[in-house]
Amino acid sequence: MTMIDKTARQVSEIGPATTWQTIGPFFSIGLQRGYATEVAGPGVAGERIAIEGRVFDGDGLPIPDAVLEIWQANSHGKYVHPEDPQDKPLDEGFLGHARIPTGEDGGFAFTTIKPGAVCMPEEKPQAPHILVGLMMRGLLRRVVTRMYFPNEPLNATDEILQRVEAARRGTLLLVPDGTKPGVYRWDIHMQGEVETVFFEF
Amino acid sequence: MTRIRGYRRWAAGTQPACLHLPYVSSRRRAPTKPLVEIPQTLSEITGPSWGARDVVKGACDLTTQHAGSPLGPRIIVSGRVLDEDGRPQPNMLVEVWQANAAGRYLHRNDQHNASLDPNFTGEGHTLTDEQGRYRFVTIRPGEYAWGNHHNAWRPAHIHFSLFGPAFATRLVTQMYFPGDPLLAFDPIFNCTADEQARNRLVSQFDWDTTVPCEALGYHFDIILRGREATPMEDGHDHDR
Repeated sequence: MTMIDKTARQVSEIGPATTWQTIGPFFSIGLQRGYATEVAGPGVAGERIAIEGRVFDGDGLPIPDAVLEIWQANSHGKYVHPEDPQDKPLDEGFLGHARIPTGEDGGFAFTTIKPGAVCMPEEKPQAPHILVGLMMRGLLRRVVTRMYFPNEPLNATDEILQRVEAARRGTLLLVPDGTKPGVYRWDIHMQGEVETVFFEF
Repeated sequence: MTRIRGYRRWAAGTQPACLHLPYVSSRRRAPTKPLVEIPQTLSEITGPSWGARDVVKGACDLTTQHAGSPLGPRIIVSGRVLDEDGRPQPNMLVEVWQANAAGRYLHRNDQHNASLDPNFTGEGHTLTDEQGRYRFVTIRPGEYAWGNHHNAWRPAHIHFSLFGPAFATRLVTQMYFPGDPLLAFDPIFNCTADEQARNRLVSQFDWDTTVPCEALGYHFDIILRGREATPMEDGHDHDR
């Protein structure tokens, strides 16, 4: 597993990265063109899953003006990206990305395939996970979290999960629906006792 | 055991915290617990990529999407997308959205007392060229009132959305206009501690891209996170 280099940040002449600003309340004008709720089309290999949940604010009220952007590997654990060095196959028609808005009830839902374990050569594999970038009116910048799968043996050794205090890890775990196979629930709480874990990197 | 060549941490003070009390809606939506610091893995340094299939031809001109011309001063907004080392970022999707000249968004939640323009949607997108350049033709958006506090007004702005080469480089920001008297009073513009960083959100008037008898030009460069100088290695202290 990799660690952050301690080298001092290089100052470049053109200045640091541009400052984030909130997406505001009217982002659908610009972002809705990219909305999708099906990450993997019918022909894509892997275990079909559906994930649904809601986003709540600190008062427990649903957040209807948020948007999730997810990024995930395919069922082999391979990303559609030139810097993925893993010797694993890509799947035709699978890009691994989707942008999903919340509805009036703060709810979102999408279907995909369960990602495989991502593993850099000579390193421990990461447990299967889905990255989530979350933006909304009221957030000045994106926050990032991860969805993990319950009862996954690799969770016990996943370097990112291990950095989260045990009491809060549950906020990252998908919850099986119980009645519908392959369906998971996953709520996001911006604040409160079960505040979702968000990452900085 | 070199592995991941990550992206640099955001420079201190140049990014907003999630919570900014003057921006009232951040109070019940910003996380209250510290963000958990993690190393970048393959998951963070990869991300969606874009190509010609992802853009509609002509979508970089927001003034020609309807039968007639939109109201308001026509402008050209152009610039470059670079990383922190000044390297141009080609084939990057740039998405923009904005209010019309009267300060009204084409959105059901915008009840601001200003007219909609049947000839203006306010959505545009494009890909950067080989030199990382983009160019939009649009109209200057109007200022508008909002409910954050008594007599609150947003300065004129255009929303910009970019992914960059990786999940880690995602950026959504707002471009402002030089000399706008509302900037000093806007809690969103002022959410970032570093004054220079804030001021880089203000575009520059640009004679070079101004088209005679047609449109004023504004220049706005966008900087995405640059790469770490060296790959991160096992065994290094991750706290800093």
